[in-house]
Amino acid sequence: MSTANVTPSSSPTVMKLADLVAGQSLPATPPYVMSDEERHEIEHCLHHYDDNRAASIDALKIVQKKHGWVPDAAIAKIGELIGIPAADVEGVATFYNLIFRRPVGRNVIKICDSISCYLTGYDEVREAISAHLRINLGQTTADNRFTLLPICCLGACDKGPVAMINDDTVVNLSPETIPALLEQYK
Amino acid sequence: MTATSQSNLAETKPLTANIVAGRAPLNLKEYSAAGGYRAVRKALKEMAPGDVTKAVKDANLRGRGGAGFPTGVKWGLVPSLEKSPGSRYLVCNADEMEPGTFKDRLLMESDPHSLVEAMIVAGYAIQATRAYIFLRGEYIEAAKNLNAAIAEANAAGFLGKDILGSGWSMDLHVHTGAGRYICGEETALINSLEGRRANPRAKPPFPAIAGLWGKPTVVNNVESLCNVQHIVNNGSAWFLGLNQGKSKDGGTKLYGVSGRARKTGLWELPIGTTAREILEVHAGGMKDGLKLKAWLPGGASTDFLMPEHLDLAMDFDTIAKAGSRMGTGLLTVVDDRQNMVSVVRNLEDFFARESCGWCTPCRDGLPWTYKTLVAMERGEGRPGDIEMLEKMTRFLAPGRPFCAHAPGAMEPLQSALKFFRGEFEATIRKQSPQVAA
Repeated sequence: MSTANVTPSSSPTVMKLADLVAGQSLPATPPYVMSDEERHEIEHCLHHYDDNRAASIDALKIVQKKHGWVPDAAIAKIGELIGIPAADVEGVATFYNLIFRRPVGRNVIKICDSISCYLTGYDEVREAISAHLRINLGQTTADNRFTLLPICCLGACDKGPVAMINDDTVVNLSPETIPALLEQYK
Repeated sequence: MTATSQSNLAETKPLTANIVAGRAPLNLKEYSAAGGYRAVRKALKEMAPGDVTKAVKDANLRGRGGAGFPTGVKWGLVPSLEKSPGSRYLVCNADEMEPGTFKDRLLMESDPHSLVEAMIVAGYAIQATRAYIFLRGEYIEAAKNLNAAIAEANAAGFLGKDILGSGWSMDLHVHTGAGRYICGEETALINSLEGRRANPRAKPPFPAIAGLWGKPTVVNNVESLCNVQHIVNNGSAWFLGLNQGKSKDGGTKLYGVSGRARKTGLWELPIGTTAREILEVHAGGMKDGLKLKAWLPGGASTDFLMPEHLDLAMDFDTIAKAGSRMGTGLLTVVDDRQNMVSVVRNLEDFFARESCGWCTPCRDGLPWTYKTLVAMERGEGRPGDIEMLEKMTRFLAPGRPFCAHAPGAMEPLQSALKFFRGEFEATIRKQSPQVAA
């Protein structure tokens, strides 16, 4: 159900139980090389709180801003930097739908499927986007240009149907305007 | 606009007096010229913290986030500095995500200094050491405008150390969230602010005693807070009078309409204005010849009301007496072309997805409810489904799940079953020949 589950564009390594029984060790993940810029931004965030753990969501966002998603190895690095277990960072990363734990396309469309947009034509708009891009909710286009995700009420209900494309809130959507709108995002 | 009309507007529509569609928000200089930051000076120089709390209590300002708990009473629950020395926090709940609600966005995007000033006054009342605006991550413009306003307020000495020489210091920081509706629940919000999964906490202790990092914490909604500087400036009696005799509650309220109405939007009106005036006068009624079938008074987690309820005053007590809740006060209108089984399926899909998963009744009960409605919508309902849904409204009633999320989800369901039972029964009748076979 989580909207954070995005169809992967590359398959993650899958460990089979049999491999573990056979005594094979887990494949080594190369450590995450964090840029100085990311590190400074995260360290700056620590000043905003009376406890370092509070910066975990900010830290995940900072890494995501750079890569578009949060790679596996970054989880441990963030934990190390702010002094909490990596499992806690992963717990946070998988809880919140705006943190992506799998790669997404260059542009992320978040379409509101809550009640006011539903009443004003959400189904038709979603179908138009799906037909135009040939993807369903939770999928990424083959050219990696768009990922389509559902999102709950965006707080622009008087202008429904509504969506966000990256940081832009786009309102009063209709099936007819979808192709021209999406054309603006390369 | 002349100076006179500006000040008249501030006295009748305090929340939106500074907001002009299409105009950039006022900067600190312009905001001050329009009467801004007077309340900070007055509170810090002429009033004790307890006086500010008392003024807000006397004004009967009730929480605009949906629950209607009196704001001043909430502040009054914070223990004294002698009993609980050290850190204490003010948190603004700006995680606006209740479906059908779009009021706090306007206040923060269009008049950010208003919220900043409100938080300084409220922070002084509870003697907060730090304040946070917990803003949903999608409100990009609001974050930009609030951060600009905070930077100006810091530079002017309204925030930071020893504010206006009062000896009291407070920082204000915008914390942007990463999604999930449950963050709007105040204890889940506190967990999220601490960098944890947003599972609600057991109450008691209430946040006023043990909240953020175990310290006394007040969590207030954006719209609630944006009233407090005006109460300090103009007094409790003035605030009570804003209702123009339409309600026991004080003040104005941001009301809105979404759905297939002619002029959907948001208006600041006396609290207690009737739903009919909001829908028919301000929103111009339903559009395209559609008829009103049912309406949600204030968000997805409020019970449906019917066209015959339109003459009710939109305030907490009146709507509660009619069997619903005013909630956020923004109406969602359902037109006569909609099937209620589908409408409720949409609502329960939302609640099932947004369950935090912490307690079993909510985590399992909501997807079950949703899947049953999906089957009914396809005409695959079975005898006993309606009774099962009714059972769910009892299993997920207040007190059974861990927090108010699942009980909120049951409100539109139980009212739709009450008012539109025939539409639910129809999904089963289609199936009955096959069942007989």
